[in-house]
Amino acid sequence: MSSTKRSPWLTLTALLVYFFLYAPIIVLIVFSFNASRTNVVFEGVVNQGPCGPFYWYCQLFRNRDVMEATRNTLVIALTSTFFSTIIGTMAALALQRFDFFGKNAAETSLYFPIVTPEIVMGIGILVLFSAAFGWINAALALAPNQRLTMGLGTVIISHIAFSIPFVTLVVRARLHGFDNRLEEAAMDLGANELTTFRKVTLPLIAPGVLAGAMLAFTLSLDDFIITFFTTGPGATTLPIYVYGLLRRVVTPEVNALSTIWILVVLVVVGISQWFQTRE
Amino acid sequence: MAEYAVELRNVWKRFPGPGGEVVTAVRDVSLKIADGEFFALLGPSGCGKTTSLRMIAGFELPTEGEVFLHGRPMGRTPPFQRPVNTVFQSYALFPHMTIGENVAFGLQMKKVDRQEVQRRVGEALEMVRLSGYERRKPKQLSGGQQQRIALARALVNRPEVLLLDEPLGALDLKLRKEMQLELKKLQREVGITFIFVTHDQEEALTMSDRIAVMEGGVALQVGDANDIYEHPNCRFVADFIGETNFLDGVVGALEPGKARVDAAGGVSLWAHTPQPVTPGQKVTVTIRPEKMHIRPTATDVNLLSGRVTDVVYIGTDTHYGVTLAGGQTIRVREQNYSAESRLLAREGEPVSVRFAIEAARVLTE
Ligand SMILES: Nc1ncnc2c1ncn2[C@@H]1O[C@H](COP(=O)(O)OP(=O)(O)OP(=O)(O)O)[C@@H](O)[C@H]1O
Ligand SMILES: [Mg+2]
Repeated sequence: MSSTKRSPWLTLTALLVYFFLYAPIIVLIVFSFNASRTNVVFEGVVNQGPCGPFYWYCQLFRNRDVMEATRNTLVIALTSTFFSTIIGTMAALALQRFDFFGKNAAETSLYFPIVTPEIVMGIGILVLFSAAFGWINAALALAPNQRLTMGLGTVIISHIAFSIPFVTLVVRARLHGFDNRLEEAAMDLGANELTTFRKVTLPLIAPGVLAGAMLAFTLSLDDFIITFFTTGPGATTLPIYVYGLLRRVVTPEVNALSTIWILVVLVVVGISQWFQTRE
Repeated sequence: MAEYAVELRNVWKRFPGPGGEVVTAVRDVSLKIADGEFFALLGPSGCGKTTSLRMIAGFELPTEGEVFLHGRPMGRTPPFQRPVNTVFQSYALFPHMTIGENVAFGLQMKKVDRQEVQRRVGEALEMVRLSGYERRKPKQLSGGQQQRIALARALVNRPEVLLLDEPLGALDLKLRKEMQLELKKLQREVGITFIFVTHDQEEALTMSDRIAVMEGGVALQVGDANDIYEHPNCRFVADFIGETNFLDGVVGALEPGKARVDAAGGVSLWAHTPQPVTPGQKVTVTIRPEKMHIRPTATDVNLLSGRVTDVVYIGTDTHYGVTLAGGQTIRVREQNYSAESRLLAREGEPVSVRFAIEAARVLTE
């Protein structure tokens, strides 16, 4: 392979692709150290207060709104990942294992939300929740402070819902080519269904489950559209918060926030890669 | 007590087919397998061997009928509660566990204490001559070694019955022959009942105490190797085991234990009748090639004249193809046992083929 002459055009194209992918990220990180309050011109590295060049980062951590949005985002991402991974994996196993009437229809309709525009899903979920809540609130004649409203709960439920098909898809891919004889062998050797799942099935599909969980986590972390429609007071997430900032002024604080965000994602992806190659 | 290790009593298995039709994989099979027996299920692809085995293991439940293990009806007992272990055709070793963990799996499920597990795993690996491989992963072993590990993983549990589904299918011929003898020896040593599935008649004949020949979900004949070869009860069994000749004809005269069968072209012969027949009945006569002889001057009861169409010399034997008056072609095998074996006939020459009445069997189905 190494002896094949590489086309210079191919090399150039590859370099350009990388440039366009990474230039915005690099600019973003550089501007998080900007001395100016705006993101228009770079006026040298900021050196202010006890944090020096990390001035904007310190500002960020002092910002109560940012901290709350971060907490909300993590709570939503972790909870929805936990549930969507379990449900999605079970769905994948059921589709793999059982033949039932309408199986094809069940599978197709499971993946349909993946190709549906997110805005449509968002509006749909909003309409569903408002209708359901309105009906329940009226039916139970709840006092204003007891009424069901949009908030963390609705965001989590909608994130679980849109993550499930992705988890199922990834786990299904891993299950493809899974040798059912292995489960039979375990049962043949005296393991009941639960032990078989714990000792044989799960360890073998773990990389797929983990990849599905990572996907669900990152999808939830940076989801804007669906969250926008289902969020309520006190349930602002980071994407929603940043969007709010953009309408006023984009300070390097936003860049600092984004830089940290990128680092977190990098670490998460790194861990999942490590898990997958270890297998 | 006249108790069998395994008994299948009128077992049927029907599967829903892809187009909504019903596939009958096993049809009214009844088998009795004695303790310590090496029993083979032999038949062509798709005849229901694996399905029968899976019903004994508990992976499938019979649609009708019952499976008994040492006299106990199995009903809906799940596989993990049956005292049998299986060696799968694909071995099904757990890829994420080491060889040691694989072999120890069954004992750990039975909560055998740690030291005992270690001891017995060591013993089992020694038995299959793979001591010192505990730390390896299945992928790091050759096909033959994996096969032996699969065997050790099953035998370490000391099951009442060991089920083997074409365990040698994936091995090359030489290794296969070696493993056949080894497996047979091992079975003698451990004294466990083996039920061995194969589509290779030679393998079944070499290894087993008794054989059930299956076809289309039916167990056609059960018996030892000699029985099945010498006394086939139907055309399929005669054809499937070894080489044979068939002559179709009609029953002419009857005498106790034998009948005259008249075939096309005035060909007529006397044959042994294991089942009762009536004059005029359409039957098939089977004669093994090695039980017929070419002797131009013989004066036996059964003497068929024909013309040699081909001669194949293969050292130990010479095979002759002979076409009879009715156009039927039969094959005759002469052993070259004398010091200077000579050709008994050449291509195109007229010959007489002779054989004893007992060598020919009348088959009614
Ligand atoms: N789960 C199933 N669903 C539907 N049909 C099945 C199923 N299992 C087996 N069959 C059918 O039952 C018949 C017997 O299958 P079985 O696997 O027992 O054959 P076999 O004798 O083991 O053949 P081979 O030598 O090819 O392994 C076949 O026609 C097969 O297609
Ligand atoms: Mg089979």
